[in-house]
Amino acid sequence: MNNKRKLLSIPYLLWAIVFIIIPLFMVVYYGITDKTGAFTFANIAAIATAEHGKALWLSVLLSFMSTVVCLLLAYPLAMILSKMNIASNSFLVLIFILPMWMNFLLRTLAWLSLLEKTGVINNILKFFGLPTMNIINTPGAIILGMVYNFLPFMIMPIYNALVKIDPNVINAARDLGAGPFKTFTKVIFPLSIPGVISGITMVFVPALTTFVISTILGGNKILLIGNVIELEFTTTGNWHLGSGLSMVLMVFIVISMILTAIFDKDGEGSML
Amino acid sequence: MIKTTAQRIYVALIFIFLYAPIATLIVLSFNASKTRSKWGGFTFKWYASLFEDEKILQALGNTLLIAFLSASIATVIGTIACIAMQNMKRKSRTIIMGITNIPMLNAEIVTGISLMLLFIILGFKFGFMTILLAHITFNIPYVILSVMPRMKQLNPSTYEAALDLGASHTQAFFKVVFPDILPGIVSGFIMAFTMSLDDFVITHFTKGAGIDTLSTKIYTEVRKGIKPEMYALSTIIFVTVLILLLLVNYAPKKKQDTAAVK
Repeated sequence: MNNKRKLLSIPYLLWAIVFIIIPLFMVVYYGITDKTGAFTFANIAAIATAEHGKALWLSVLLSFMSTVVCLLLAYPLAMILSKMNIASNSFLVLIFILPMWMNFLLRTLAWLSLLEKTGVINNILKFFGLPTMNIINTPGAIILGMVYNFLPFMIMPIYNALVKIDPNVINAARDLGAGPFKTFTKVIFPLSIPGVISGITMVFVPALTTFVISTILGGNKILLIGNVIELEFTTTGNWHLGSGLSMVLMVFIVISMILTAIFDKDGEGSML
Repeated sequence: MIKTTAQRIYVALIFIFLYAPIATLIVLSFNASKTRSKWGGFTFKWYASLFEDEKILQALGNTLLIAFLSASIATVIGTIACIAMQNMKRKSRTIIMGITNIPMLNAEIVTGISLMLLFIILGFKFGFMTILLAHITFNIPYVILSVMPRMKQLNPSTYEAALDLGASHTQAFFKVVFPDILPGIVSGFIMAFTMSLDDFVITHFTKGAGIDTLSTKIYTEVRKGIKPEMYALSTIIFVTVLILLLLVNYAPKKKQDTAAVK
């Protein structure tokens, strides 16, 4: 009976092999061959050229900065919300699901209206006699777009980790004489690390690989590594080079998967 | 007191940050001027002309159909996989969950191009089918991740009790197990539907010419300027979902009460 039940996993396993595993090997295959099908490292080595190297460096820099900003914004929010006793379901919906029903491209595009020279925010600043900002088409706008789009991915796992902490543990720390600060650094923060790691990878990977945010908010002037790869596949048509560069990105992705696996031992993904 | 006020202000600021663009889009849908940057007075005309724009309606149809089909198929495959995993040894379960995490943690652009290369090698014609297959693929993990925790909370003895009392395996599953995991299945479906609806990157690489979803249509319009009808449509979708959510949020409490009374 149990064996029969196990057979039920076959549809999913077949699906996963055909549509998840094999496609990744396709990328590797294209990445290490040239147009004639001969083996080459040239596509991967192309990351070292000035143009691609610069795009990768800028991507790493911007995604690192937006990950830090997300963490700094999300942790206090998750702490406050975890104490508020709200139903975690409605919280998930409000932070995460509801905004998605307004298309992601439009939401990002709306920042143009807010940030432009004559945009909403500058008009408000002007009204109060403050200096206006000129942020659109700069790396700053891209960081803002990344933080805006991926902040929920940081809030959710940290919130979930904080909610799971047994209040008795915190009370015990207090009873044993730890002040609020010490309770935080010695008890609460260490227990929330799985959520923090999960959040960092959930923000860093999409930020590192985006091409949409830089296209919309960077005004086509700023090329990230995602833009380079997207162009290779849709415009230039050099899939081999595109695949080779993607393999470089996959190194970052694999590192973050390993980190998640180490810290999230249940393999549950504290995302949901 | 001061502390909680500060906390509330902080929460409010983050919510303003998250919802400001959405509010902006809603305002733009009533803007009589065609350009984003100028306010030309209040109008409903984009809502009227929306229903005459066949291309937008076509894209909406594709988006909803793909979201519905991909979420449904993913829910069936994902739920069946969860039932199977429940009976597996820890090791094989970990492997399957590891595979499940790949589309979740992988970059969308890599998932997109990997599927694009697969479809090219298999000689598939790019269009509705390829988008659907891609969406099912990235939707299954969301179903598994929301059904699995429910599965783990199940008390195995209830299933065995049903068998002892003469139920067949199928009966025992649908009468005992299914009602318990149903909330997980429903939230998995909603999650999958939402993800499919909001996806741009993977659709972009797997769609081919001649078919558009709302996302890909918006992307081609980004440079030319977005048609104001698009803002109107998004506002309609957003407000509809908001109202549905409010209704659902107030309804289930009553339902649970009556269930408890029963």
